[in-house]
Amino acid sequence: MSAAQWRRAMNSGAGRYGLARSSAAPAAPAARAPEPARIGADILEGLRRVGLRHVIVLAGLLVYPVVASPFFTFQIGGQSLALGLIALSLTFMGGYGGMVSLAQLSVAGVAGYMVAIFGTSIDPISLGWPWWLAVIVAILIATVFATFVGWLSVRTEGIYTIMITLAIGVAFYYLTLQNYSLFAGHRGFNQVNAPTVLGINMRDPVPFYYLTLGCALAGYFFIRYLIRAPFGMALQGVRDNPRRMRALGFHVTAHRVAAYSVAGVLAAVGGVLMIWYNNQISPESTGIGRMIDILVIAVLGGMRHPIGAFVGAVVFVLLQTFAIDLIDRERFNLVIGGVFLAIVLFSPDGLLGLWAQLRQRLPLGGAQAKFRSNGVQ
Amino acid sequence: MRGKRFQLWASVALIGGPIAVFIVWALFDNARQFVSTFLNGVTLAALYFLVASGFTLVFGLMRNVNLAHGSLYLLGAYVGWEVGDATDSWLLAVAAGFLAAALLGLLLQVCIFRFMQGQDLRQTMVTIGISIVLADLMLWMWGGQIYQFDPPRAIYGSIPMPIIHGYPTYRIVLFLGAVVIGILLWWLLNRTRVGMMIRAGVDDRAMLAASGVNVQLVFAITFAIGAGLAGFAGVVGGTALSISPGEDVRYLLASLVVVIVGGMGSITGAAVGALLIGIAEQFGLAYAPTYGIVFTFVIMTLVLAFRPRGILGRPA
Repeated sequence: MSAAQWRRAMNSGAGRYGLARSSAAPAAPAARAPEPARIGADILEGLRRVGLRHVIVLAGLLVYPVVASPFFTFQIGGQSLALGLIALSLTFMGGYGGMVSLAQLSVAGVAGYMVAIFGTSIDPISLGWPWWLAVIVAILIATVFATFVGWLSVRTEGIYTIMITLAIGVAFYYLTLQNYSLFAGHRGFNQVNAPTVLGINMRDPVPFYYLTLGCALAGYFFIRYLIRAPFGMALQGVRDNPRRMRALGFHVTAHRVAAYSVAGVLAAVGGVLMIWYNNQISPESTGIGRMIDILVIAVLGGMRHPIGAFVGAVVFVLLQTFAIDLIDRERFNLVIGGVFLAIVLFSPDGLLGLWAQLRQRLPLGGAQAKFRSNGVQ
Repeated sequence: MRGKRFQLWASVALIGGPIAVFIVWALFDNARQFVSTFLNGVTLAALYFLVASGFTLVFGLMRNVNLAHGSLYLLGAYVGWEVGDATDSWLLAVAAGFLAAALLGLLLQVCIFRFMQGQDLRQTMVTIGISIVLADLMLWMWGGQIYQFDPPRAIYGSIPMPIIHGYPTYRIVLFLGAVVIGILLWWLLNRTRVGMMIRAGVDDRAMLAASGVNVQLVFAITFAIGAGLAGFAGVVGGTALSISPGEDVRYLLASLVVVIVGGMGSITGAAVGALLIGIAEQFGLAYAPTYGIVFTFVIMTLVLAFRPRGILGRPA
């Protein structure tokens, strides 16, 4: 029930792509049946174009810090990639598992707090462990937390997930706010410095950028791999029809909880990066506003492809940074809320969906494009 | 059958035992603190029930998780405050709070949610967007300061009580008011024609439409009542406590937890959940201040672990 409704609700990418492909595929051989060689050439051509696109983007990302100012490298580049990584965990769960969890930022927050508690900060609560040990322990604890959240929320289905994860996330926020002995209350932890490795301070713009880029690329390709691996395929099956998957002998609950754990690792890495970026952590960093920011990023980009998380993050960070030049600083939430509302109301697939629609409008076979849009709407 | 009964008694002993021990200890240790904490808990529960009953009513009928419910609470409170300030009448303020929230709820249902029937997730996301925008608009209009209502003179002051010497009259009236509203809601749902339609809509929306009922009208009425209850609770709660930005999140969390614990879509469930959460929260604040929220969370976890649909929930 949940998956079917989810797909209808989101006008799911899988459904849309499936439809478009099945409508286009029979048409192509009919038209080009006499020349099988040309089809092969077309496929090669397509592969090359996809490859080229990836190479260009990758090269652009690598060269970016050389051309951009430190501000753009650190504030825009680094922050977008770290936020994108957290949003990627939500995209993976929402887009491929059919579970929209608002607690992903809380998982990142747990990781951040653990880095602060086990590592070094100005606060006497910190235990002062070496940074690599603190990071490993933090990611482990955050993953356990994510698994626990998953175990709790998969007991109910569909729309309840968002309620339960929201409740857990807000409860975690209030805990960090009220608790002084472990979470240092409202003041939080300050001067949680990024480590210095081989004489390089990881919080300098360029090293931080490459660090986040490395993590983001690893996360992106890991998810790309995972959704084609047997686990990912089974997860998408669970999203589309849990009952049938159960009848086929798959353990539906285990797949869902495992998805929470995997997403938890990504969110935890993002959380560690975010605490190094901010140099501090406080209850504000895990508040409901930030939780919703992650949802905004994922929905803004579009949940039907992992790249959407990063597209959304870049747009979000740019808006956050430059909207204050256009309007009052205090009114930023109005802008971001309005943009989010517009996206949800008019383009459920986010910016990727808009891009896909735009490409259909471009002149590459009018009849086919028309058929597609008929099939979709 | 016997196994089930044994399980029931075992769980009662397991949960009730420590609570009984705690009550005995707390009564001997400081009876006054215990009783006043308990009364505060019940007052808070009454407030939570008012907010959560609207939430659960809307959810039960329309499967719409209205995450803007907290914003409706806050909006009702602010509008009520403006009216109360202008007219000097607390009762008018309550009425204005109810009407303002109900009107906004009606607008939302008629202008937005009507067009995305059955798209649960999208509706929920839209309500999130609306709550962001509303929160910011309200911050813009009413600023960050704290507002408070004065209750009418008749229910001002305090009533003498045994052990604790006195308790604010207003809070007792609030509790009684919540009980009355609960009974009214029960009566509306179980004894009137509209209530019959709403219950039929909960069970089978398509069948109700097929039998000639204007389902959209029923939806609109339900949404207005649910939103209005939030606005009503805003003024009432603003009198007992206070209103400031951020309260919307607090009451949204409260409604979510109450409804998850009590069972979604059930008014009685909302009452049970509100009592549990309200009392647990106050005892948490009084006896373990920095871990107060953990009690709420443990209750939610336990309920979800053993009854995933809530204490009084039933399969959708």
